[in-house]
Amino acid sequence: MWTTKTFLKKRKGSVLKIVREHYLRDDIWCGSDICTICAHQNEELVLEKNPQPKNKKFPFPHYIVLDTCVVLNQINVLEEDALCNVIVVQTVLEEVKHRSSSVYKRLLDIVGNPNRKFYVFVNEHHKDTYVEREPGEKVNDRNDRAIRVSVAWYESHLMSSQADRRKRDRVKVILLTDDVDSKQKAENEGLHVATISDYVRNVEDCPGLEDRLSQHNTTYELQAGGREPLFPAHFTPSQIHQGIKSGKLLQGSFLASRENFLEGQVNVEGQDKMILVQGRVGLNRAVDGDIVAVKLLPEEEWSVPSHMVLQDEGDDSEDVLEEENAILKSKDERVAKLPTGHIVGIIRRKWRQYCGILQKNPIEGSVRHIFVPAERKVPKVRIETQQADILSSQRIIVTIDSWPRNSRYPLGHFVRALGTIGDKDTENEVLLLEHDVPHSKFSEAVLSCLPKLPWVITEKDVQSRVDLRHVDICSVDPPGCTDIDDALHCKELENGNYDVGVHIADVSHFIRPGTAIDKEAALRATTVYLVDKRIDMVPELLSSNLCSLRGNEERFAFSCIWELTSEAEIVSTRFCKSIIRSRQAMTYEEAQIKIDDLTQNDTLSKSLRGLNSLAKILKKRRIENGALVLASPEIRFQVDSETQDPIEVEAKKLRETNSMVEEFMLLANIYVAIKILEDFPECAMLRRHPKLPVSNFEPFIKAGRNLGFEINSESGKALALSLDNAVRPDNAYFNTMLRILATRCMMQAVYFASGMVQRDEFFHYGLAAPVYTHFTSPIRRYADVIVHRLLAVSIGADVTYPDLLDKRKSHSLCHNLNYRNRMAQYAGRASVALHTHLFFRGKVQDEQGYVLCVRKNALQILIPKYGLEGTLYVSPHKGAKQNVTFVYSEEKQTQKCGDVIFRPFDPVTVQLSLDRSNVQHEKIVLKLVHPQIPGFSVPSLSSVKRKESDENLQEEMEISEVSVSPPIEKISTKKQKVK
Amino acid sequence: MARMDLISFKGLRLDGRRANELRQIRCKMGVFSQPDGSAYLEQGNTKVLAAVYGPHEIRGSRSKALHDKALVNCQYSMATFSTGERKRRPRGDRKSQEMSMHLRQAFQAAIRVEVYPRSQIDIFVEVLQADGGNYCACVNAATLALVDAGIPMTEYVVACTASLANGDVPLVDVSNLEENSGGPNLTVAALPLSGQVALMEMSQRFHLDHLPKVVECALQGCRDIHQILDQAVRRHTEMSGSALGWGNRAQVDL
Repeated sequence: MWTTKTFLKKRKGSVLKIVREHYLRDDIWCGSDICTICAHQNEELVLEKNPQPKNKKFPFPHYIVLDTCVVLNQINVLEEDALCNVIVVQTVLEEVKHRSSSVYKRLLDIVGNPNRKFYVFVNEHHKDTYVEREPGEKVNDRNDRAIRVSVAWYESHLMSSQADRRKRDRVKVILLTDDVDSKQKAENEGLHVATISDYVRNVEDCPGLEDRLSQHNTTYELQAGGREPLFPAHFTPSQIHQGIKSGKLLQGSFLASRENFLEGQVNVEGQDKMILVQGRVGLNRAVDGDIVAVKLLPEEEWSVPSHMVLQDEGDDSEDVLEEENAILKSKDERVAKLPTGHIVGIIRRKWRQYCGILQKNPIEGSVRHIFVPAERKVPKVRIETQQADILSSQRIIVTIDSWPRNSRYPLGHFVRALGTIGDKDTENEVLLLEHDVPHSKFSEAVLSCLPKLPWVITEKDVQSRVDLRHVDICSVDPPGCTDIDDALHCKELENGNYDVGVHIADVSHFIRPGTAIDKEAALRATTVYLVDKRIDMVPELLSSNLCSLRGNEERFAFSCIWELTSEAEIVSTRFCKSIIRSRQAMTYEEAQIKIDDLTQNDTLSKSLRGLNSLAKILKKRRIENGALVLASPEIRFQVDSETQDPIEVEAKKLRETNSMVEEFMLLANIYVAIKILEDFPECAMLRRHPKLPVSNFEPFIKAGRNLGFEINSESGKALALSLDNAVRPDNAYFNTMLRILATRCMMQAVYFASGMVQRDEFFHYGLAAPVYTHFTSPIRRYADVIVHRLLAVSIGADVTYPDLLDKRKSHSLCHNLNYRNRMAQYAGRASVALHTHLFFRGKVQDEQGYVLCVRKNALQILIPKYGLEGTLYVSPHKGAKQNVTFVYSEEKQTQKCGDVIFRPFDPVTVQLSLDRSNVQHEKIVLKLVHPQIPGFSVPSLSSVKRKESDENLQEEMEISEVSVSPPIEKISTKKQKVK
Repeated sequence: MARMDLISFKGLRLDGRRANELRQIRCKMGVFSQPDGSAYLEQGNTKVLAAVYGPHEIRGSRSKALHDKALVNCQYSMATFSTGERKRRPRGDRKSQEMSMHLRQAFQAAIRVEVYPRSQIDIFVEVLQADGGNYCACVNAATLALVDAGIPMTEYVVACTASLANGDVPLVDVSNLEENSGGPNLTVAALPLSGQVALMEMSQRFHLDHLPKVVECALQGCRDIHQILDQAVRRHTEMSGSALGWGNRAQVDL
């Protein structure tokens, strides 16, 4: 049954001698239904007996064998259902795995789909198809030969089983390869062979397949004749390698600027300061996210970020050069210069699929078009498609294939269409895709893990849990919340102390480790809240019913119960799995009324009052310890119940009860963190918030100093104190703005496995807690589920399982959780931005705003009412004339026009409207109303009769737009709930 | 480094074996004339020589002698050229001392030591090429050498390793490549007929959920190896028998 032959592979390095065994087997089958020789199991019969010939060039039944390059470059074509009955040779699979893990995963997905009929043939271990590398032969040549040998083997192997078939019905094997040399050799050996594009162009009844062909090999020849290369050539990999080794080059990830398409930064590991890259040559075809090699310029050529907001509006002409020069000219200012460099090579591309729209080629009938991605960090992409007329009104997905030196834009190909532009569902889809949020329906396997309804509490459950049904527990949440994961109680004890409990939905009871539902939840990691939609982490039955601690229903909970003195000193803590019955699910407002209305004296009101007074003490103590109170503008849409369109926007109100619930959740999280860290020093899942180097606060401190406030960021406490002191009586919003800016300087808090990080880095800076974790929202966060499991083990209520105790697995899980959380946050913000745009459709409004910061050609304005940040351009747009000039002072951070001076934090009045001239980016336009600058500002709406908004649009002098605010972390446990 | 998959989704390991397959075992008994018993064993690319001297009088200080049983003395060593990197390996370093101790533990359980009071049995093993499962190959080779020396044992001592791939598939007879990929390894030396375990060692912690199936996998490996060794012994006996004029083949020849 086993071992047929032993081969020795000798690889001689400098000293190492590696000898490996390589077993060749005689029990590897061909996987074809035709075959009468192989001893197949039924499920191994992947390839069809009579494959349909659907190709004009090859009008006989056939199987396809792919070559590595074809898989790597044309994975999008392979993902189409048109190609079936494909043999994937192991040599190819290994090479793909080695070269690109994402393509490998996608290939495995295809292989896993039984409808596609992809069969993996392990040629490397088959006794007849194994090929040994000949002396002097290159690895690639050997692999190509191995593939050809497999093709030839299949051909003869299949032939021997179909001797009785008619000649034209016999199944043949076709090799698809783009490698000229290999193709030639295959032809010489008498095999059927074709290039992928040749094959795909001849596939019948599958229009659009051709569009998906990667442009990898087609040379860009639009105006290539005699055209100078636009970009310098990249260094070769070995040059890069040597350069990095010798320290001449630096390796880092490229982050394109959102505001200026000709500028970006390279984040080099181990260096505080990012390296600035500017201009087309400097960027040299790097796309956001790529790992690049940079060459630092000599110090006298260093530059500063241009402070310009610049968008790529040009089509394909040379007009950008002026702007480019403008950027490069700004060098001579005597300001702190940043290390500047040129990108000289790309180490690894991080290209993914991009959403966006098609900008049709003005030449009728042309198949070359420009694709404009929704993400502004990504350059436009040149694609070829026959379906431009249909696609131009749709949101589409495109991937980049290559970026030749003589093309201004990268070349790509169309992947699929999402739906009509402007349609809310399409826009939501774009939003989810752009943020990589898994949002497909839950699979059957996942749904089958759900408990059967009606769900009842059995006697056994009661025995294994503490019965807390007699306790007066209630929950306090935002209005309309259906996934209630926390509830509270407070009872005065006879000795004057308080018995306080936090009860968290026991999600880990329903989601058992290793099940399909567990894996899905771990992948999704978090529930994503969009303005009009919630993408659940667990199916609705759990999130809104069985786990949700609804009023007057018996539910399982994980309880954390303390005895506190009236000074909120903790006497004892205990954790238990319990059964509770929430007396009432209240909103923050209802709870607030209950507390304030002293005539109500029922147990619930009393316990709420108790909780509230304890929470105040806890909060005070926390802030004394150096916890920060930060701010981020948050808003809430009132949504039309039928059309789901926003009809009113309001800033979120914060009541005492919000902070009351928050305080107890923090307490529970901290105590759970202490407990699990004690019991699982290696694999506890915790959350930390790293402290920042002081340098990150520099611009912020500078802004404060300009206004006469000294901000001290030495420690959390000092920062909190100086923030508290920075109050201006004439500007009530000033302090909040300062806190918003402070928040933006912060790093994000992250999950981590305790065994992977040094003990002294556990600290949570924002909350000033030595250890912290997330325990209180298991319905919407997967980290909490893990923490629940850990805690359950440490109190003996559950058993461990291998992955829970494996710190490496926890580490990679944390990685995913952090990534998804960040993406969920961005998606949420993008959704708010989208709805803000919907809200402003056909509206013009005057609003009070504040200058958040001053740029060289614009003012960044924050409008608190809408939580909206917009840009007010002060210098004229290209081509437009403006008879007012603004003077920018870098040192003082001001823009001056005549005797009007704009400083950060100054109040202004602006007029808001929506510019819909560009379907891709509907922009919110800001125009200055007050202070008045003749020739620049517009009269306020109240003073002039209301004009049609369209007219206003045509009169506009400056275009600006809303940006989704940069990443900030909400440190509190605040929730956005869908109404 | 990203951990590689030890087992592909087609169910093959890196060297082409399935999860439950041993490496190829080849062995020869009576390779030396000097010692009382000797054997050479290859388990894949792991190659081991074993020599047995004894039972004989205690060498060195008499005080080591045990009045009711024989002293089993084991010595494990590795050749300088046995690993990828050439390295001088002094005898009696920590690692080989530990290995020697483990060997003694396994053989004391199987050799009928009570038959030879106040005497000594020496087992010397030398690893010529190391490719994973060195201890197992040593135990198996030494068993053959003991059989060759004609020392009475309750039964064969057979050792085998097992590991866990992709978190849940038990692998038998782990190669060096698989050992180094970081998973936990389990070594079992067993008396396969009676099912007794003479020695068990883990390189890392296994979760309790996984342990039973990995142990069972290793024991199954021991049973398989036992069969192979048994055949080898029978073949050897037949050969040497026929040379001396007795045994099956001798009769046929007559």
